Amino acid sequence: MAAVNHHSPLDPDVIRRDFPIFERDFGGRRLAYLDSAATALKPRAVIEAVDAYNSRYSANVHRGIYTIGEEATAAYEGAREKVARFLGAPDSREIIFVRNATEAINLVAYAWGRRNIGRADTILLTELEHHANLVPWQLLAQEKDADLEFVPFDAEGHLIMDSWEVLLRTRPRLVAFTHKSNGLGTLLPARQMVQQAHDVGALVLVDGAQAVPHLPVDVADIGADFYVFSGHKVLGPTGSGALWARAEILEAMPPFMSGGEMISSVHLRHTTFNDIPHKFEAGTPDVAAAIGLGAAVDYLAAIGMERVAEHEEALTAYALEMLPREVPGIRIHGPRTAAERAGIVTFTLPEAHPHDIATLLDREAVAIRAGHHCTQPLHERLALPATGRASFSVYSGRDDIDRLAAGLRGVQRIFGGPA
Amino acid sequence: MDDLYRDEILEHYRQPHNFGTLDAPDAVYEGNNPLCGDRITMMLSVGADGTVHDVAFSGRGCAISQASASLLTDEVKGRPLSDVEALTNQDILDLLGIDISPARLKCALLSLDTLHHALRDRAAASAAPAGDQAGAGDQAAGAPA
Repeated sequence: MAAVNHHSPLDPDVIRRDFPIFERDFGGRRLAYLDSAATALKPRAVIEAVDAYNSRYSANVHRGIYTIGEEATAAYEGAREKVARFLGAPDSREIIFVRNATEAINLVAYAWGRRNIGRADTILLTELEHHANLVPWQLLAQEKDADLEFVPFDAEGHLIMDSWEVLLRTRPRLVAFTHKSNGLGTLLPARQMVQQAHDVGALVLVDGAQAVPHLPVDVADIGADFYVFSGHKVLGPTGSGALWARAEILEAMPPFMSGGEMISSVHLRHTTFNDIPHKFEAGTPDVAAAIGLGAAVDYLAAIGMERVAEHEEALTAYALEMLPREVPGIRIHGPRTAAERAGIVTFTLPEAHPHDIATLLDREAVAIRAGHHCTQPLHERLALPATGRASFSVYSGRDDIDRLAAGLRGVQRIFGGPA
Repeated sequence: MDDLYRDEILEHYRQPHNFGTLDAPDAVYEGNNPLCGDRITMMLSVGADGTVHDVAFSGRGCAISQASASLLTDEVKGRPLSDVEALTNQDILDLLGIDISPARLKCALLSLDTLHHALRDRAAASAAPAGDQAGAGDQAAGAPA
């Protein structure tokens, strides 16, 4: 791993040496990857951790009484401990490994929701939510004849807190919101909102998919009841992710998926279930992905999430200042300042549709996201069919943003040229 | 250099041909790609001889989707319906004359998909039971579609 000075700002050139994908030649250029909000690139440490499992001890977990079985179990459960520490979770039994944040939310909707949400109960969400923190609640509400309410956001992408407070008076059973909006980058005041939701007797699920990769998260401090994130966004392998939830809540919940691993004793007509967390991990898990996630968490912890947050805030500030100057007419959506929205810059150009922008940027080996970013309601609210989105991570640098600006100028030349 | 966005495509995007509406279209359909917000409404007037008498499209979206619609409307004007119905996805790609990546294929094909839907709806409407219609043959013919 590259040498790290804990007191200095991140140097993307140094960080990039840890990521093999930057060795790949894209038409003579290095990849300027600006879509980390979709998924993060993988450091060598993660790739090697996965390879090591697959090459040297690829046994199943919790089973083998032979050497590699014990090694696999130790590595898998060791990864669970790492994730617990990374999130500030008091007890690693509160970490359930899942495939991604979407699966984590579905787990809560099925295992907790079906038991605890009833007719005319209210589930309070926001209009900023990613489809993963919207559709499962829609299905639950339909099934249980429960009500959904939504906290709106203002022109700058901030939640309208007056509306939030009014909607709390409906005394929702569950409040679910994103810690950081993947559509606009807005950081929500999670701690305060959890407190207010608890005051009216609601349980709270926080979608940390865009927060955990980019800022220090302490679930104990935030105080939520459920907190989810995707491992593949934290530099971990695809197929990794976790649900954190309070032990007492998990213990009271019925299982999600069932089968092997999550059982204690099985008879023909009745079965008792395993303790947490294994009650919620049916079948052979994605052992390699979990081990890779452990390595990812180690990598980020060694850098320090405060430094990661500072790095991304500085990049965001650079982008917010420079892009309107270099790319005339660009519209940047969401909060005005980098501090309110670190790591994500969502924009539109008057001349060209985001799809066309993305295709042309691809020619320059600049990767952005174009579309609605799994937030169709948010885009409907903004009255924008689609937007372009640039998002950052530890390996992103000013040079990437410079290349974005140059690419956007190129798009303007092609589309805005004389008829 | 930029084959995808060569002048002809951009021209069709900036000044699309046959852009607008028809007063009394014989066939109309609004197609859209919710994934990206591309939207196209196709309108056709069909002459008594079964050819496309007039055609118009309106909509909004990316350059590929709009240029494709513009080129398609030029292509079908004056053609017999049977020709139009027989147009394939490959024909659209040939019209555009460029390599479209799989990610952008839906953009390119939206216009044809919309056009075919319009014709299908029109055919279904004519096939609906209406015994008094001129030119009717066998009143007992066939179950409704």
